[in-house]
Amino acid sequence: MKPRVAFFDFASCEGCQLQIANLEEEILDLISIVDVVSFREIMKEHSDKYDIAIIEGSIMRPMDEKRICKIRSRAKILVALGACAVMGGINKIRNQWSAEEVKREVYGDADIKDNDFFDAFQTKAINEIVPVDYYIYGCPIDRDEFKRVITALSLGKKPEIPTYPVCVECKKNENVCLFELGKFCLGPITRAGCNAICPTNGSACDGCRGILKKPEVESIIEILERYDLTYEEMKSRSILYNYRKEE
Amino acid sequence: MSKNFNVNVEHVTRVEGHGNIVLNVEKGKIEKIQWQVPEAPRFFEAMLRGRQYTELRSITSRICGICSIGHSLASLKATENALDVNISEQTSLLRHLAINAENMQSHILHVGYLAAPDLFGVDSVIPLVGTDHTDALLKIIKLHRLSNKMSDLICGRTVHPIRLVVGGFSAVPTEKQLINLKKNLVDSIETTKNVAEVILSVADNIPDFTRETEYIGLSSEDEYAFYDGSITSTDTGVHSDNNDYKSIMNEFVVPQSTAKYAKHARDSYMVGALARFNLNSKQLHPLAKEIANMFGLKPISYNPFMNTISQVIEFVHNIEDSIKIIDQLVEAVIDDTEKPEKINADEGMGVGIVEVPRGILVHDYIIKDKKCLHANCIIPTNQNHANIQKDMEEFVPQIIDKSKKEIELNLEMLVRAYDPCISCSTHYLDVKFV
Repeated sequence: MKPRVAFFDFASCEGCQLQIANLEEEILDLISIVDVVSFREIMKEHSDKYDIAIIEGSIMRPMDEKRICKIRSRAKILVALGACAVMGGINKIRNQWSAEEVKREVYGDADIKDNDFFDAFQTKAINEIVPVDYYIYGCPIDRDEFKRVITALSLGKKPEIPTYPVCVECKKNENVCLFELGKFCLGPITRAGCNAICPTNGSACDGCRGILKKPEVESIIEILERYDLTYEEMKSRSILYNYRKEE
Repeated sequence: MSKNFNVNVEHVTRVEGHGNIVLNVEKGKIEKIQWQVPEAPRFFEAMLRGRQYTELRSITSRICGICSIGHSLASLKATENALDVNISEQTSLLRHLAINAENMQSHILHVGYLAAPDLFGVDSVIPLVGTDHTDALLKIIKLHRLSNKMSDLICGRTVHPIRLVVGGFSAVPTEKQLINLKKNLVDSIETTKNVAEVILSVADNIPDFTRETEYIGLSSEDEYAFYDGSITSTDTGVHSDNNDYKSIMNEFVVPQSTAKYAKHARDSYMVGALARFNLNSKQLHPLAKEIANMFGLKPISYNPFMNTISQVIEFVHNIEDSIKIIDQLVEAVIDDTEKPEKINADEGMGVGIVEVPRGILVHDYIIKDKKCLHANCIIPTNQNHANIQKDMEEFVPQIIDKSKKEIELNLEMLVRAYDPCISCSTHYLDVKFV
């Protein structure tokens, strides 16, 4: 029996699902190892019976919270797809301000009281509402990593995700270090798995795959000092994708 | 005819983002027709508040995965106008290629994966695998892949481009890569013609519905406008001052939608491929004109369903245009060591307008001390919501005698014809930061 897979999306740009559509001919390989039973962006067919739910986007409203709880109760395995689902990503920058403040700014005096559509709270990642079994990192996700995770899950195995920094992949690509070119790069503290795609294209890493659990802080500080930069600045730049309330 | 029924399509499928269709009919009389947009609002204004000018393009790219190249370019144009940056001819040509690549990718995705299943009478492309249409499907996938490879080459990545930066490119393709791309584009022309013929063979299933409305887009004396031009309307002609976009795109809030609506000379207007075709069809490249003739499409077409056909026409135009641009780049000898141009000011106001797959897109920034103080974006799909609503109001009485299932399908097809990008339209970027 092929596992039944359903895709769902919440507050996001849907770019991660687009990355899946961008697998081109390999989508045909994907549907040979799993049964895709729901994928609203590209198909009308839908079933509520699924084994694996793949979720894109962050949770912003009570109506979305209800929906994700229902999905969780139906799925044996729940996978967070992309930075918005995994950690809130770019959607969390607004958590620097209260939901009330942000709403007042945006809608002004428009009458949105008692309207469920507009009832937003502060951005939450999926695991702040329901348990998540596996994570596919990145903004957007990396197509090859997605394939590896789905293949592992369809075989009943645990997918392997790198625990080393982007710098390792960047060195393999033989790039000149971006600090050497006068750019501020978050590669040293960011989880690898993207094949250092941004530095390889001449742009600094923004940390979209999340901060490593245990970055090599001492040696990073040593490198930063060489360029007259500080670890505090590195941390403050990382809020673009990794905003967290100060404990 | 006295029937009672309700249509309630929650989250229309095969569109980007979340939209609902609500229709209540009692004793044959239409009590309610509503196009609803329940997409979660994302509050991009708060994301931009106080961010460095270099980050604005990365953040606004995340408004929408499908239009991420278009958002990046509108953002860069606004930032560069605000901070007095002059880009090189090479950068301008490469950005034209980037916009062509995104338009091709988005259009073939919509025509092939999202709209065509309705014309073939299936629920998605998946049931087409293994049927007589397999060959057509493989050709569509081939064109989609080519478009994405082109984005990858020019922008570093197709979803959320990397190389597009303030002042130019963080890396550029080599001459050899561009020549290879040109070869693939030339090879794809025959495939594209085949796909157009397949669409033509089922074009009888496109509803014959027209409603007179206003069409708005960019136009330029130099070319079929995508990257540069002046705001132009089929009702009021060319508007010379793009900075005055707010006098044309009047946005307003309605309770059934977390996305704003817009109007200009009438109750609603339409933007996108059909609007561009209606405004600029004379400037299409020769083969694109041939495809338009094949479908019998002439300006002004008031049938919104022909937006999908306009996308087929534009796809061909983008290929022809890209071949021409690559020739220009190669002839001028591409400089792969060129660095992005520097900013000449730390503050200023700037408007950036481009045509993206779904229509005209505006980014407008105020920057102070290199940081964003105020941002406003006008999104194509927002400009179409009111027109979708007005179309539904006129379309439903014409099809009211059909079965409920057919009415539902026809309304879904109408929404899909607009190729709405709803994540985009609930971006909310319309406030002043103090």
